[in-house]
Amino acid sequence: MSGPKLCLWGLSRCLIYFLLLNVFGLLFHLPMAAAQQRLIALDKLQSGLAFTGPEILDLQGDDFANPGLPFLEKGAKLWNQVSGKNDKSCQSCHGELKSMKGAATRYPAIDKASGHLFNLEDRIRHCRQKRQKAAEWPLESEELLSITLYVTSASNGMPIKVSIDGKAQSHFEAGQNIFTTRQGQMNLACTQCHDQRYGIKLFTDKLSQGQPNAYPAYRIEWQRLASLERRLRFCYTGVKAEIPAWGHEDMRNISLYLMWRAQGLKIEVPSVRK
Amino acid sequence: MLFSLSRRDWLSRFLKASVGVWGMGSGMSHAQDMSVLGRVQDMTDARLRQFDEMIAPYVVRQPVKQGGITLSLPMLADNGHLVPLSLKVDSPMTEESHVTHIYVISQRNPVPLMAMFVLGPWNGRAELSMRVRLSGTQMVVVLARMSDGTFRYETQEVVVTEAACIDNG
Amino acid sequence: MTTARLQLPARIVEGDVFKLRLLVQHPMDSGFLRDLEGVLVKRNVIRHLQCIFHDKEVFRVEPTTGTSANPLFEFYLRATKSGELYFRWVDDKGYIGELRQKLVIEPANQSKAPKP
Repeated sequence: MSGPKLCLWGLSRCLIYFLLLNVFGLLFHLPMAAAQQRLIALDKLQSGLAFTGPEILDLQGDDFANPGLPFLEKGAKLWNQVSGKNDKSCQSCHGELKSMKGAATRYPAIDKASGHLFNLEDRIRHCRQKRQKAAEWPLESEELLSITLYVTSASNGMPIKVSIDGKAQSHFEAGQNIFTTRQGQMNLACTQCHDQRYGIKLFTDKLSQGQPNAYPAYRIEWQRLASLERRLRFCYTGVKAEIPAWGHEDMRNISLYLMWRAQGLKIEVPSVRK
Repeated sequence: MLFSLSRRDWLSRFLKASVGVWGMGSGMSHAQDMSVLGRVQDMTDARLRQFDEMIAPYVVRQPVKQGGITLSLPMLADNGHLVPLSLKVDSPMTEESHVTHIYVISQRNPVPLMAMFVLGPWNGRAELSMRVRLSGTQMVVVLARMSDGTFRYETQEVVVTEAACIDNG
Repeated sequence: MTTARLQLPARIVEGDVFKLRLLVQHPMDSGFLRDLEGVLVKRNVIRHLQCIFHDKEVFRVEPTTGTSANPLFEFYLRATKSGELYFRWVDDKGYIGELRQKLVIEPANQSKAPKP
C-alpha cells in the first residue's frame, strides 16, 4: 500500500482478512473462564440421564435388575467385612452406612495430613491401609469400586457441594485449566463439547454435560462398574490425547472442577451409562 | 424418490450423515451398499449369515413356520453390549402341546447362538426376557421347538451403532 | 464370589403362573475383549443355569458369549406347592454358583382375598 492514494483493493483485502479472523476467532472461541465463572448456569445443570435413550432409563430405574445393584450388595458385604492387622471392618469405626451421609457430595477434598487432593476412592484406600492395616485395594478393582458405590449411595439424592477454598483453590484452577484447554490429536477442549454443545448428537449419541454426579456408574461399554477416573481417561482416548497414569493428580483436579461445576446436582447411584 | 424410501433406509441415511459430520476416527469406512443390514456400521468384517444357515443346526428337516411368536427388541440399540430382548411364544403349555426349546440366534456375532432355553408345561407360559450382545447391526432370530417336533420362528432387525464384541473402551 | 438376586411376586396362589426374575453377577467374558492393561481376557461364560424345584428341573438356559454380562433371565412357573427354589449355574472355570429361595404358595381354596 502506498502513500495517500490507498488502494481500494488492498483495503478491502485487509477488511476481509480482519473479518475472517474475527469470525474464525468467534467460531473457535474458547471462553477464557475467569476464576469461578460458571459456563453452565446452576439452574441449567442436567444429569447424564437427560441425554440417554429409553433402554438406559429403564435399566437405571429398575429397582431389581439395574446391573449396578449386585455391586452395591457386594459393597455392603465389604463394609461389614473385618480386614487387616487391626481386625476392623468399616463398620467397626463408622457404624452403619448412614454415617457416610453427605460424604460423596464433598469429595474430592484436601487430606489434612498430607495436603494432597483425595477423591473418594483415595480416601477409602487410605483408610484401609492406615486404619485397617489391610492389603490395598488397587484403583479400579472390583472391591474398591463396590465399596465406593456403597459409600456414595449414602448421599443419594443429596446436592453436590465441594470446597475450593484454601489448598483446594490451586487444584480447582488446574482442573478448570485442563477443562478449557485444547488437547489431543483432535485438538478439542472438554468445554467445547460439554459446555457449548451438549444436547447435540455425535453419531446417534447425544452429547451430555459431562457431569460427575452419577459415579461410580455401571458403564455398559465396559460391562462393569467404573469410576469417574476411568471415564475421564476414556475422554482422553476420545480426543486422542495421551492418557495420564492411574492416580494422576490431573484426574483429581478435573474431578474437583467438575464437582464444583456440578454444584447442586444430586448424587445418583447406582447409575447406568453407555 | 424420498417418499419411496422405507423407514430403514431413512435411518440408514441419517446415521451415515451423522458419521460424515463428525468422523471421529473410529475406523468407520464409508459404505457403498445402502441396505441397513450390516452396512450402516462397518466396524466389523463379520459377514451376515443366511437365515437357513442360522437355523440349520437345530431344524434339520422338520417343518418351520414363521409366526406365533411376539419378539421385542429395540429398533436402535443404545449399546451392543446390552440389548434387552423379550419374547412370547403362543402356546397353551400343556402336556399335549408346549414349547420344549427356544433358541436365540445372531446373524453377525462370532458365535451364532446367543442362548438356548429349555421349557416345559410346568412353566405355564413360554415367555422370557434376557439381555443379549449384538456385534453390529443385524437380524435376530428366535426359533421355538414345539412338543410335536415342529418349529416356529420370528425375526427382528436391530440397528447397533457400536460393535459389542470387537470394540473395547 | 458372585452375588445373584431373585425377584418373586409378593403373593403366589396355587395355580398362578408367576414371573421370576434372576440377576446373576458374572462378567460373561467373551474372550474377544482386553482388560485395562491391554491383555486379552480369557473366555469365561456361564455354561448352563438351571432352576430345580421339588427335585425337577423347571427351567434351564444355556447362554453363550452372546449373552450380556451380569445376565438377567426372566421366565414363568406354574405354582403347585410350596418348596425351595434352587438355582445352580456353572461357568467355564468350573465355578458353581447357587441361590436358594423358599417359595411360599398359598393353597387355592383358602384364598378368599382377590388376587393382586
